[in-house]
Amino acid sequence: MRARTRTARRRVVVLAAVASLGAGLLAGCADDGNDDSNESSGGGGGKTTITLGLFGTAGFKESGLYKEYEKLHPNIHIEQTVVERNENYYPALLNHLTTNSGLQDIQMVEVGNIAEIVQTQSAKLLDLSKYGKESDYLGWKWKQATTSGGQTVALGTDVGPMAICYRTDLFKAAGLPTDREEVGKLWAGSWDKFVDVGKQYQKKAKGTTFLDSPGGLLQAIVSSEEERFYDASGKVIYKTNPAVKSAFDLTAKAAEAGLIGNQTQFQPAWDTTIANSKFAAMSCPPWMLGYIKGKSKADAKGKWDVAQAPKSGNWGGSFLSVPKSGKNTEEAAKLAAWLTAPEQQAKLFAVQGSFPSTPAAYDSDAVKNAKNDMTGDAPIGTIFAEAAKNIPVQSIGPKDQIIQQGLTDNGVILVTQGKSAKEAWETATKTIDNNLDQ
Amino acid sequence: MTTGHDTAAASPVKGGAAPARPTAGPPDDERRRARLSRRWQRDMRWSPYAFVSPFFLLFLAFGLFPLIYTGWASLHQVELTAPTDMHWVGFRNYTRIFDDDFFWNAAKNTLTIGIISTIPQLLMAMGLAHILNYKLRGSTFYRVAMLAPYATSIAAASLVFVLLFGRDYGMINWALDQVGIGKVDWQNDKWPSQIAVSSIVVWRWTGYNALIYLAAMQAIPQDLYESAALDGANRWQQFFHVTLPSLRPTILFTVVVSTIGASQLFGEPLLFDANKGASGGSTHQFQTLGLYLYEQGWVNQHLGRASAIAWTMFLILIVVGIINYVISRRLRASS
Repeated sequence: MRARTRTARRRVVVLAAVASLGAGLLAGCADDGNDDSNESSGGGGGKTTITLGLFGTAGFKESGLYKEYEKLHPNIHIEQTVVERNENYYPALLNHLTTNSGLQDIQMVEVGNIAEIVQTQSAKLLDLSKYGKESDYLGWKWKQATTSGGQTVALGTDVGPMAICYRTDLFKAAGLPTDREEVGKLWAGSWDKFVDVGKQYQKKAKGTTFLDSPGGLLQAIVSSEEERFYDASGKVIYKTNPAVKSAFDLTAKAAEAGLIGNQTQFQPAWDTTIANSKFAAMSCPPWMLGYIKGKSKADAKGKWDVAQAPKSGNWGGSFLSVPKSGKNTEEAAKLAAWLTAPEQQAKLFAVQGSFPSTPAAYDSDAVKNAKNDMTGDAPIGTIFAEAAKNIPVQSIGPKDQIIQQGLTDNGVILVTQGKSAKEAWETATKTIDNNLDQ
Repeated sequence: MTTGHDTAAASPVKGGAAPARPTAGPPDDERRRARLSRRWQRDMRWSPYAFVSPFFLLFLAFGLFPLIYTGWASLHQVELTAPTDMHWVGFRNYTRIFDDDFFWNAAKNTLTIGIISTIPQLLMAMGLAHILNYKLRGSTFYRVAMLAPYATSIAAASLVFVLLFGRDYGMINWALDQVGIGKVDWQNDKWPSQIAVSSIVVWRWTGYNALIYLAAMQAIPQDLYESAALDGANRWQQFFHVTLPSLRPTILFTVVVSTIGASQLFGEPLLFDANKGASGGSTHQFQTLGLYLYEQGWVNQHLGRASAIAWTMFLILIVVGIINYVISRRLRASS
């Protein structure tokens, strides 16, 4: 009798253990699905929920665009998940795309990754050319997200037309003009002239350098070139492209002459050089103004100004794509088109400083009248609009980011650390070639 | 409790508990008993497997399958952008490791960083444990304090060390400057950067090893010390002739664990990099094997190459393990 009860109890225990483990596993698997269906039916109160996967500070929510859209479309409920850094966001996005699971209804893509997405993932993404209006956008922006077969996999959000931000107080102390028109004329048309101005500055500089970092200068020069790392046919040409080599050499020359601080951008030490006013000028897309403001001390307000760069280039900007695997692709595509339409881009610029990729927005009051207190109320809207119109149409490639990063982090930075330009170029190209080799 | 459990577990092996039960009764009752007995035997036989199955199922899914899949992927050219699109390349991913400067550079760095972090770490741990082994006021406080770095996350610790070791605005360089030594470029020069990375490891693991040593020291019988003292041995002689020999197995254990830890070093050098990349500094001066593997797989998206590096690392670890085993057997034989 005792034996039997023990047996029975034992069996119960085993069954309970197996059942609970199994249930746990099943529940773990089933959770995702349940959540989704709950959200789309229950969470929004019978509404259709559209989810967005974003990175960084996209600012759609902050500028009230979701609320506005929900008001216009009472059957829609919008939710977003934001990952801080694209370095963490993009690998996950790629994984989700290749496995076709875990995707949000709308996924943001950075310009450094758009070519790879266009070339390798277009089959998984909706053609948005019917939803967005091509004529609204800057030609090159639209083209960057369009396959050779004419499928537009994503709609452009912002762009990063580059200007030069400079400190008027430091320029004045070094005997240079401070008016933005005059400053722009000093180096108009040529990066060599820009470096020459730097030499002039450096003669009278007291404990400061002309520029912040070698990476910033290289980025500015290279992104103002039509052909950079890939040719039009998609072949890697960065090593033989004279434009890239001369950009590298000019940056190295400036670094050897001591015009450039030896920092890496977006690092704590670099932030400190901004706060301590250790340099006089930097290449400056619109979103950089917010960064400068965030890292500056209070007394820097109004001491900055913005002048046109020697040549216009583009630095940054994103896209919105709609994966085919989503449940509400139609509604998601409409939302993506609305968020990237000129009116909404103008609103976003007013709040967030993200510069529109739609020229139609440039004539809106929000852009035209935009001012920035860091830069002494410079009319940044018109300055950056002017720069945006002159950005060359670039052939971008899938590994642009890896090449750019190699040239900077394993290249020109070495010159500021005492290596020769030749050594730096060798280290950079060897690293990049190894990184590109499949 | 234990005895009850033991007999219960042993009975089916001895032929089952069923025959021991009363066998009298009507035939259908007997059949029922026989059936129950069979079920009970089956239960006894298979339920242990059900109990251990969760671990093995998880191991299959997250241990064995990735291991085999990685081996399979390492024989292919495959990119993260299209993981199902594999091109057979045989052993090309392995053969090219032989003339891959970056791999050997990473291997060398892993070794040197491993040495300059493990040896001081274990020596300091031994010294600390010896001191803590004396009667101290507030010894619990010191023990807890020593374990605090181990409880800190790698990310938090590394980020703080990055600030401390900063070239222009770091506290360590400020202090060096004060005493007239001048600034050291902790992130960009080869040996300073490796020492800096090692210091994060040392800081984090010294207390942990010290507590292991301390536990082993407290297990040494007090009589040994007493008789040594009677023989006229002073503290140091006691340490060298009583403590150290008794700690030999523990030392071996910590050496093996630290070696494995050092060969997998990843988080510290990744976060120490000023460029926030995985290249371990501008000239790869502190890129470890773990970092190189990560760079190939997740930054450059070459899954095939990364898999081959992973398997090569695995083989190297096996060799290191065998060497450790041989040495420990020699030591055991000699004692």
